[in-house]
Amino acid sequence: MYTEMTVHNLYIFDRNGTCLHYSEWNRKKQAGISKEEEFKLMYGMLFSIRSFVSKISPLDMKDGFIAFQTSRYKLHYYETPTGIKLVMNTDLGVQNCRDILHQLYSTVYVECIVKNPLCALGETLQSELFSSRLDSFIRALPFFSVRAA
Amino acid sequence: MAIFSVYVVNKAGGLIYQYDNYVPRTEVEKTFSFPLDIVLKIHDEKVIVSFGQRDGIRVGHAVLSINGVDVNGKYTAEGKEILEYLKDPSNYPVSIRFGRARLSSNEKLMLASMFHSLFAIGSQLSPEAGSSGIEMLETDMFKLHCFQTLTGIKFIVLADPRQSGIDALLRKIYEIYSDFALKNPFYSLEMPIRCELFDQNLKSALEIAEKAGTFGPGS
Repeated sequence: MYTEMTVHNLYIFDRNGTCLHYSEWNRKKQAGISKEEEFKLMYGMLFSIRSFVSKISPLDMKDGFIAFQTSRYKLHYYETPTGIKLVMNTDLGVQNCRDILHQLYSTVYVECIVKNPLCALGETLQSELFSSRLDSFIRALPFFSVRAA
Repeated sequence: MAIFSVYVVNKAGGLIYQYDNYVPRTEVEKTFSFPLDIVLKIHDEKVIVSFGQRDGIRVGHAVLSINGVDVNGKYTAEGKEILEYLKDPSNYPVSIRFGRARLSSNEKLMLASMFHSLFAIGSQLSPEAGSSGIEMLETDMFKLHCFQTLTGIKFIVLADPRQSGIDALLRKIYEIYSDFALKNPFYSLEMPIRCELFDQNLKSALEIAEKAGTFGPGS
């Protein structure tokens, strides 16, 4: 069976809920609300999921919430100790993205943003270098393939 | 490999059934001398560890018993306030048991409604058309599986991440619900399920699922 694997979109939030970055590659359906509202809804959903998971978990958790999936997509989540949240939506064939998101954080975000004295933390990321490095990182992923329109 | 609990949520998001099959309890009991090096605070009518994680006592654990006697919320069994009790050096040495607090029925109701909303938001934020809500939520300690029927009832199962066959189990629970709750003339739709046969059959279905068996015809 021919299964295509792909990355739909990626969000990066800071600890206050500001969406620092958003990219999309293969998004078929928009949320029907403005981008600003969508970021707030996404952040709110993740905040609630984390709280939900910590309360309902039968055991003490180490990493916490990792991913969820629906009938059409899978959402992968990774949070750094400083509160930077990386959220990636892929299709269902993709397995473990935690390491990939961690690598994305350490090789792209830390190198281009944190180590850049001109980038103010807490504001949307303007760096061109960051956007292009992020784009090539995602396109280089083994499960990324651009679907024909 | 274990199945921790089952929740059934109605169309409106209200919890109508809840069963805890196996809930592992990590509890640590230690004797302390004055002054207590763990910082405690009151949260949701419970005394919670806020700082001073050590020896198996984690942040977020609640005070479960003092000197072997179970506490009552933020008061001891005798009615004294726990924080005041622990500030008094004459009460030491004291033996305190810490652990994850058990969820009260109210908290379970709130969590079920919370999930009901999160399920819907998961569908709204989908980058693909025609997505369902959250069918599986994964964490490092458990996996939550959800099956929504055509009538809007959600069957939610919390299990060990390595447990397999949960999809079949969810369908089986739906079958048990339609056989022993819906066909019961005394059961009202969307109301809490209080049918003995439902409980019994659910328990045996969980046993079969844990042993990784399959549900044969007529089982």
